[in-house]
Amino acid sequence: MPEAAFHMAAPALPMAADGPALLSARGLCFDAGGKRLIDGVDIDIRPGRRTVVMGANGAGKSLLLRLLHGLIRPTAGEVLWQGRPLDREGRLAQAMVFQRPVLLRRSVLANLRFALSVRGLPGPERRAREAEAMERSRLGDLAGRPARVLSGGEQQRLAVVRALACAPGLLFLDEPTASLDPGSTHAIEQLVGDAHESGVAIVLVTHDTGQARRLGDDLVFLHGGRVVETGRAADVLGAPRSEAARAWLEGRLDLGSPSASRA
Amino acid sequence: MESFWRILGEAVGLILAWDSDLIEIVGLSLRVTLSAVAISCLIGLPLGAMVGAFRFPGRTAVIVMLNSLMGLPPVVVGLIAYLMLSAAGPLGPLELLYTPAAMIIAQTILVTPIVAALSRQVVEDCYREYAEQFDSLGVGPFDRVAALLWDARYSLLTVALAGFGRAVAEVGAVIIVGGNINHVTRVMTTTIALETSKGNLELALALGVVLLAIAVAVNGAVMTLRASAVRMAYA
Repeated sequence: MPEAAFHMAAPALPMAADGPALLSARGLCFDAGGKRLIDGVDIDIRPGRRTVVMGANGAGKSLLLRLLHGLIRPTAGEVLWQGRPLDREGRLAQAMVFQRPVLLRRSVLANLRFALSVRGLPGPERRAREAEAMERSRLGDLAGRPARVLSGGEQQRLAVVRALACAPGLLFLDEPTASLDPGSTHAIEQLVGDAHESGVAIVLVTHDTGQARRLGDDLVFLHGGRVVETGRAADVLGAPRSEAARAWLEGRLDLGSPSASRA
Repeated sequence: MESFWRILGEAVGLILAWDSDLIEIVGLSLRVTLSAVAISCLIGLPLGAMVGAFRFPGRTAVIVMLNSLMGLPPVVVGLIAYLMLSAAGPLGPLELLYTPAAMIIAQTILVTPIVAALSRQVVEDCYREYAEQFDSLGVGPFDRVAALLWDARYSLLTVALAGFGRAVAEVGAVIIVGGNINHVTRVMTTTIALETSKGNLELALALGVVLLAIAVAVNGAVMTLRASAVRMAYA
């Protein structure tokens, strides 16, 4: 039984059992344009675990992350942070990195400073965190450069260290290496690995099965807005039980109907 | 045609001679216009940023109103300002009518909606990009507006420039509340109108040349600044 488990209404899916969850979703649904885009998702994310979310484009991965992070209100269901409804305080204990890094029209250092100053950190602590983040990101030489002229990899590295500088308990990463070369991907994975070693829980959306193997403790597979399979990442990737996950891993183009895909 | 070139030559002579009347009029024009634009920016930029960044009931109505007020006829603004500032008006006791302050007030009324409406659009475009990141970082309302205004600063310079263009070329409102009094409230546009009607075309044309030169200089400076900001990916 994985330490972090994801479950939904379907009894076939493994249920969380070990320890209190950091973040939970219960019966999470989201509708838009008359369509149900997220359908009854139940998830428990436990402290310090790395969770990979996979699925085809349009499966609802990014939407699920936004719902879990409280950026979007669910149509039904609820998100709990440490057992209580997710509020601003809970969201501030999390951080999110988007697929396309959202950087302010400022220097590298000013981007970091902004994220820390809006949290009201006192000057000495803020400066210490800035210095640590600059060192960790290896962007120190570029501190005064406008952030938006950096390369794609550097921009994403800045986005990740900016998120980590806020000392989150949980970091959401929405396809952070989707358009990066192997070197830049490695740098991002190192940052994520370091964060995990320091105790940060990770929820990572990726299409890259290699990355899922490298970074995932647990895996949740979404199809048509539903969780169709969960388990340890190695198990799901090695021997998927759901038809959709199997089709995905075999590289088939048609993953079938969501309702027929639950493992 | 010959007379145009003669008048233009005399006008240039007035400018080169640093004619004291001309300098006084240009100085007052700039004082009134820059003051009005500065006050309009102080009011209009945060107002536009708030409307651009926040969702609230009646927001669409506010946007429609701001956009409509961009086309305020100057003479109507002058008349309203006149009624407010005249002895019988609510601001009569301040005794501002026929002073540069009255002209600043009238131009501020004209320019503020332009600044607010255009900055709303600029900020909204910027906010569309930043909104989720701000939510994720937990940026509060004040910090949000401040950050948007700062990050959109080079685009907002163009907004201020639009306000400056409207104010510096305006004649209807300032002539009503200023009265075009010599050495007191005479500015470039009102002087051009007056001197043309009197047949003193040299001074009128000299002022016209200065007005154009100021407009070109200010536009050039702003565009240069903006171009360098674009190169640095700050715009």
